[in-house]
Amino acid sequence: MSVQNLNTYDPFADEGDPLGDSKDVNSPNDYIHIRIQQRNGRKTLTTLQGLPKQYDPKKLLKAFKKEFACNGTLVDDEKMGQVIQLQGDQRAKINSFLVENGMEKSTIKVHGF
Amino acid sequence: MASEEPLFDPSLKKKKKKTVVIVEDPLAADADPTKPAPETIDNTTVSGEKVDLGPTTAHELLKEKKEKDESLAMFGEFKKKKKKKEIPMDFGDDSSPAPAAASEAPVEGATITADDLDFSDMKKKKKSSKKKADLEAFEKELNDSKAKSKGDGEDDDEEEGEVDTSHLDNIDEAELGDDPFAQSGEAPVGLDAGNEPWLKSDRDYTYPELLTRFYASLHAANPSLLSSASKKRYTIAPPQLFREGNKKSIFANVTEICKKMHRQPEHVIQFLFAEMGTTGSVDGAGRLVIKGRFQQKQIENVLRRYMVEYVTCKTCKSPDTLLTKENRIFFMACESCGSRRSVNAIKSGFQAQVGKRSKNKTG
Repeated sequence: MSVQNLNTYDPFADEGDPLGDSKDVNSPNDYIHIRIQQRNGRKTLTTLQGLPKQYDPKKLLKAFKKEFACNGTLVDDEKMGQVIQLQGDQRAKINSFLVENGMEKSTIKVHGF
Repeated sequence: MASEEPLFDPSLKKKKKKTVVIVEDPLAADADPTKPAPETIDNTTVSGEKVDLGPTTAHELLKEKKEKDESLAMFGEFKKKKKKKEIPMDFGDDSSPAPAAASEAPVEGATITADDLDFSDMKKKKKSSKKKADLEAFEKELNDSKAKSKGDGEDDDEEEGEVDTSHLDNIDEAELGDDPFAQSGEAPVGLDAGNEPWLKSDRDYTYPELLTRFYASLHAANPSLLSSASKKRYTIAPPQLFREGNKKSIFANVTEICKKMHRQPEHVIQFLFAEMGTTGSVDGAGRLVIKGRFQQKQIENVLRRYMVEYVTCKTCKSPDTLLTKENRIFFMACESCGSRRSVNAIKSGFQAQVGKRSKNKTG
C-alpha cells in the first residue's frame, strides 16, 4: 500500500524544463534541428544541425550514408558549425536513427513541410 | 425568461400537487395490498379504509394515540412531537408539492419506491415534513432521528391498531414493541426513500434541485445554448495554393488566415520561410509567392505547427492569444486564462547552397 499523496509527482513533467526553455530563447544550440530544403524538381536536401559535441559528425555521416543509401557531405558553417547534409528527404529516417541510438527524442526538432 | 419562469412555476406546482394527491391516494390504496404482505396483517385488513383516511383523520387518530400514549410512559416524548407535527400536517401537504416542482421525475420515483415500501414509510415522510416545519424541534429531532423513526413507526402502527382494535391494545403494544425493530431494520431503506421527499417537501430547496431545474428551463427557453455549450472547434480556412509557373507557389489567403489567428502576416511568413527553407515575397494582391513547389497539405502542416508554437495557449489550449514583442523577445498572452509566456524567436537555421552559386548573391 502506497499513499498516493506522498508520491513524488512533477506536475510540469510534460511541459519540459522551464529553465531549458528560457535557455532556448537565448541559445540556439539546445536542439538538434533536422531540416529539409527543396532543390530543383522533386529533389530535396536534408540538413542536420546542432549535433552535440560528444558525437563525431564524420562517423555519423558515414553511418547515415550507409544506412540510408544516400550521399551526403559535412558542411562547415560560420554560425551553425558543422552541418551534415544528406541527399533526399531523410528526416524521418534520421529521427528514428538518432532515437534508436540513444538520443533524447525531445531534443530533436524536425522542421519542414 | 423572467416572465416565463413564473408561468412555469404555478403550472408545475399545480401539476405536482395533483400528482402528489393522486399518488397519496394510490399509495393508501396500495398500502392495503402491500401491507398484508409485509408484517401487520391484522391492522391493515381490519382498517383498510381507515388507512386511506389516515392522512385526513390523523388528528383523531393521534388524539386517541395520545390518550393511549399517556398510559405508555415510554412514548410520552413522542406524543409531544406528534402534537407539533400534527399542526404543520396541513402545511406540509400543501408545501410539499411546491418544492417538489423542481423535479417531477424524482418525486414519482420516490413515490414508486414508497409504493414498494410499507405504508408506514409514507407516514414517516409526512411526519418528516412536519418535523421540518417544526424548526425548533428540528435539531433535536435530527439528533434523535433514528429513535424518532422507530417511534413514528410505533405510532403509525398504533394508529392503525388503535382505531379498529382497541381491545387488542395489549397485544398491539407487544406487537409495537416488535414492529419498531422490524421497521428499524427496514428503516434505512425507508429513511433513504424518505429523505428525498423529505428534502422536496421542505421549504428549503436543495442546490442540485434548483440547478437541474435552472438548466432545464434555460435549455427549454433557448435551445441555441445547447449547441454552444458543446465547444465549437477552432477552425481556419484551408490555405489556398496555386502554382505560378514551374518553380513558384502562391499562397492566396495568407492575410485571411493571419487575421483569423490574430497574428502579423510578417511573423507568419517569416515562420513559413524559416520552416520550409525557402524564400519568397508578397505580391500586390496580398498573396504570398513562395519559391519552390508546395502543396496545400504541406503548407497546412507548417501552419499547424505555427499554431501549436505561437497561437494556442500552452496552459489552456485556447487559440485566443496575443503576441507582443518586448525587448526583442516575443511574449504570448492568453486572453481566456491570462497566462503569459515567452515564445521562441523564429530562426531560419542553416541554409544549404542550392542552385548555381553564381546566382546566389551571398555565395
